[in-house]
Amino acid sequence: MKPLFVILGVLMLLLFSASLLIGPAGFGGWQGAHALILGGDGPVPIVMREIRLPRALLGLAIGAGLGLTGAAMQGYLRNPLAEPGLIGVSGTAALGAVIAIQTGLSATAALALPFAALLGAAIGVGLLMLLAGPRGGSVTLILAGVAISALAGAGTALVLNLSPNPYAANEIVFWLMGSLADRSMQHVALALPLMLLGAVLIWFSGRALNALTLGEAAASAMGVSAAALRWRLIAGVALIIGPATAVAGAIGFVGLVVPHILRPFVGARPSALLTASALGGAVLLLAADIAVRLVIPERDLKLGVLTAIVGAPLFLHLIWKTRSGGHG
Amino acid sequence: MLLSLKNIHVTRRNRVILDQVSLSLKEGEFIGLIGPNGAGKSTLMEVALGLLSFTGQSNLAQMGAAERARTAAYLPQAREIAWPVSVEDLVALGRIPWPGSGRSQNDAEAIDIAINRLGLQNFRKRTALRLSGGEQNRALIARALAQDTPLLLADEPAAGLDPAQQLACMGLFRDLAREGRGVLASVHDLGLAARYCTRLVLLAEKHVLADGVPEDVLTDAMLHRAFGIRVRRVQTPDGLAILPLPA
Repeated sequence: MKPLFVILGVLMLLLFSASLLIGPAGFGGWQGAHALILGGDGPVPIVMREIRLPRALLGLAIGAGLGLTGAAMQGYLRNPLAEPGLIGVSGTAALGAVIAIQTGLSATAALALPFAALLGAAIGVGLLMLLAGPRGGSVTLILAGVAISALAGAGTALVLNLSPNPYAANEIVFWLMGSLADRSMQHVALALPLMLLGAVLIWFSGRALNALTLGEAAASAMGVSAAALRWRLIAGVALIIGPATAVAGAIGFVGLVVPHILRPFVGARPSALLTASALGGAVLLLAADIAVRLVIPERDLKLGVLTAIVGAPLFLHLIWKTRSGGHG
Repeated sequence: MLLSLKNIHVTRRNRVILDQVSLSLKEGEFIGLIGPNGAGKSTLMEVALGLLSFTGQSNLAQMGAAERARTAAYLPQAREIAWPVSVEDLVALGRIPWPGSGRSQNDAEAIDIAINRLGLQNFRKRTALRLSGGEQNRALIARALAQDTPLLLADEPAAGLDPAQQLACMGLFRDLAREGRGVLASVHDLGLAARYCTRLVLLAEKHVLADGVPEDVLTDAMLHRAFGIRVRRVQTPDGLAILPLPA
């Protein structure tokens, strides 16, 4: 178990470094590292500090956030098919962003779009807490999340449908695919504190998630309050997924696939899976973000498209195993 | 007194489930909770732990969640194991109420004792979900035992076990009581209940119909009234055998 964390940690650092060193601007790795740390004159420090560093930081944070929230949702719902998008917050955040693009609000200030998306996320989580209520169980939570997702999806489709401006519609479609390109340190400053707060909330749920392995009654008898855990997880997931969607758009499958792949390596213990999935999510997203820069550099392949292309077959494999194996 | 329930009243969806139920259990007692299906045996246990809302008094429900978890362990009837964890990790979940995140010396000892008492030494590293139903049941009993509480509430612990394991399970609970703990277990096999329990509580018609030593509770009249059955009793050198018959 311990070697797994070391391997994933080292991989994560290597990919983070690679993410800093790979790009279209032609200068050497040594020159880049020098400029990043010591600064200096000319374009190299600007490229390193204002283009590549935020991109690498967001790749790390969002990947880790998706992995962590995926593991937390699967642990809470005791279902390997759960994923962070299930509570509908990513859908309402996307709707907020789409409205900002359509109304032209996003052009007025650099952070107008992410702020609109955060507002969408906040409305989504408020609606969820209202629907799933203090006494609702996990099934109520799933149903409320599905309903909110459907509503947000319909809202997004409606905006596209009625859009009189093909350029705005085009921009919306590309934004929805999810990307880390051309993000600034402002985006990092906006998203990172909220995501860290969410991560802390989820971090302290590890024992409770372990207890839930035995079902809600046994967990309650061991002093784990299912209601308190639910509030903590909803808040934690929303604080991670809301900002992540606000700055990077919808990036699917990472939160679903990473915990699934890593579960056997941690003896299926939900608390250990939280750490492993955070590391694994960062590894996967950093790798995918490097891949979109290398595969067809001239065509701006979107990150969310790549994660779906890689993630969907893995998801099919999971369904296949569930279908034929019974007990996974 | 390990468990003290006074005037418990439970209503669910405008239906009275339990009415005026009082029950107490002290150190050294192994109480068999008997009664027909739907009599409210599981409800009574969850009420005692404060997991369901009720009116009346329960000493466990009055405690804080952490203190209660160190006083009473609970084996629910639904035997859930959500993830393919090893038997060892499953048993270790019983240590959650205690400080030390499951890795202290005390934790290791409690886990070892629980695994040994249920005869699970050879299953330690096996994946709990790949075991048979009866073996999973034993692993879950070991989990409750690892919680190392003075009181154990077990909902049909012997269900799904083979005869040898049923005897081992009931014998284990009797030993726990003799060591000074208290056990409340719902049991359907009247013969097993009569032979192993120090006291029986018959729950029927929403309240405690009879409470006392097995001979006083398992009377023809009581069994007919609670279950609608006749019984044939045979005194054997190995104890009382009870054969249920249709009325």
